[in-house]
Amino acid sequence: MYVAVKGGEAAIDNAHRLLADRRRGDRSVPALTLDQIAEQLALGVDRVMSEGSLYDRRLAALAIKQARGDLIEAVFLVRAYRTTLPRFGYAEPVDTGAMLIERRVSACYKDLPGGQLLGPTFDYTHRLLDEELDGDAEVGPGRLRMGAEEPVSRIADILGAEGLIEEDLDPSPLDEPGDINQTPMEFPLSRAMRLQSLSRGDEGFLLALGYSTQRGYARSHPFAGEIRIGEVEVEVCSPELGFAVPVGRVQLTECQMVNQFKGSAKAPPQFTRGYGLIFGQSERKAMAMALCDRALRAEELGEDIVAPPQDQEFVISHCDNVQATGFVEHLKLPHYVDFQAELGLVRSMRAEHAEPRDESLPDMKEAAE
Amino acid sequence: MEAEAHIAVRKNRMSVLARCNAGRLQELWDRLGLDPAHKTLRGPESGLVMLRGRVGGTGEAFNLGEATVTRASVRLEDGSVGHAMALGRDGAKARLSAIIDALCQNLETAALIDAEVVAPMQEELDRADETRRQQTAATRVDFFTMVRGED
Repeated sequence: MYVAVKGGEAAIDNAHRLLADRRRGDRSVPALTLDQIAEQLALGVDRVMSEGSLYDRRLAALAIKQARGDLIEAVFLVRAYRTTLPRFGYAEPVDTGAMLIERRVSACYKDLPGGQLLGPTFDYTHRLLDEELDGDAEVGPGRLRMGAEEPVSRIADILGAEGLIEEDLDPSPLDEPGDINQTPMEFPLSRAMRLQSLSRGDEGFLLALGYSTQRGYARSHPFAGEIRIGEVEVEVCSPELGFAVPVGRVQLTECQMVNQFKGSAKAPPQFTRGYGLIFGQSERKAMAMALCDRALRAEELGEDIVAPPQDQEFVISHCDNVQATGFVEHLKLPHYVDFQAELGLVRSMRAEHAEPRDESLPDMKEAAE
Repeated sequence: MEAEAHIAVRKNRMSVLARCNAGRLQELWDRLGLDPAHKTLRGPESGLVMLRGRVGGTGEAFNLGEATVTRASVRLEDGSVGHAMALGRDGAKARLSAIIDALCQNLETAALIDAEVVAPMQEELDRADETRRQQTAATRVDFFTMVRGED
C-alpha cells in the first residue's frame, strides 16, 4: 500500500535562500549589472537568446545572472518567461542579403565581391591567456578604413549563374511555414520546421552531430561557402496600418554550407546547400546547424540513410536542451515507489537464481552455457 | 504616388523611433515642449513576434524564433491615431512613439518633429552604422601575390 507523504517545505525554502546567498557570492565583491553581462559576456547572452528562442538581450542577461552562469538553466528561464507573453504575430522574413555586415568570410572564393571581412573574430588568435584582462586596462576602439560601401554578394549568386548550385526559391510564397511552438511535432517534418528546431537546438549537440558528419557518418563533403554576421531589419505587418512596420534590428549569424552532390534521376550533379541561421553571434552553431540541415535532407536528395545525423526523429527530438535536461534531471525527483517495486523484483529474481538447478532439464542447461 | 511617398516617410520615422535610444528620444522630445492631450487606444503592451528567415537566405520562409516587442496606439483630440511597435519591452518609449506618429499625421507638425527629433537621431544612427562599417572594412583581407623571382 502506498501512503502519500508530504514534507520538505522548510528545507526547500531554506535551499532557495541558500541558493540566493551563493548566487550573490562574496558581498565584498560588487554585484554584476545586467549591462555588464550584456556588454562583456555578449556571446553567452547570444547563446541564451538562441537556445531560449527569444531575442531580448536584457532578459537573457538577467537569466544568466539568475542562473549563476549556468547557460542551460538560463535558457530554461527564458523559455518559461516566453510562455507568459502574448503572441502579437509574425514578422516578415528577414533579408540577410541586406545585412549590415560585421563579419563575412568564404572558404570557397578568395576574391568574392565584398571581400573577406574578418570582423571581431577569435580566429588567428593564439589562444594564450591574456593576463592584462585580470585588470581593467584601457582598450582602444577598432581601427577605421574609409571607402565606399561595396555590395557583398552571396555564394549562390556566383555559382548560380552556371547552374552549379541548387537555387533556393520560394515555391509558394503564400503558404505559412509550420511553427513547432503551435503544432505538435509529427515526423517527417518540413525543412522549414526542422530549421526552426535546429536554430534553437543545443549548440553542443549540433556541434557533435555536425562533427560526426565530417568524420564519415553521413559524409557530405562540406565547404563553408559563406558565413556572415550582422544586423538585419525586422518588419512586422500591421493590420491597422496596412504596411509592414519596421520595429528595429536583430543580430544574426548565417552560414551557407556548400556540399557535393552526385546527382540523381531528377537532378544533374551540382552543389547542394545546408543552411544555418542563428540569433546573435555564433558561427560555430550556425556551421553545425548547416551541416545538420544538409544531413537531414538525405531523403529529399535520394541519399541512403545510414547514420544518426540523417535521422530526423533522432536529431530533432534530441536537440532541444530544455527537453533533454528536463527528462534527464527528472531522475533525481522522488521515485520511491518505483524503486520499491524494482527492489522487490530484483529480490525475487535473486531468490530464483539461488535455487538449485533442476538436473532433469539438461538441454536448457546446455543452452544456457 | 503621394500616398506611397507618405508611407515611406512614415515608415522611415517609425524605423528611427524603433531603433533610437529611449533617453535620447525623451531629451529631444522635451525640447519641443509639446504635450498633446491623448487617449490610449491600446497598450503600451509587451508581447512576442515570431521572426522569420528564408531557407538559404532566399527560399521558402521558416520561423526562426521569437522576439519581445512593445506596442502602443493613441488618439489625439483632433482624432488622429498613432501607432508604434518596437523590439524590446520599453512601454514609455512605445507610447511616446505612438504620440509622435499621431502628431505627424499633421504635415506641419510632422515637418517640425522630423527636423527637431527624427533627423538628429537618424544622423546619429547613420553615423554609428558608418563607424561599424568602417571598423569592419579595416578587417578586410588584402591578398597579395608573392613575387616568384623567375624572371
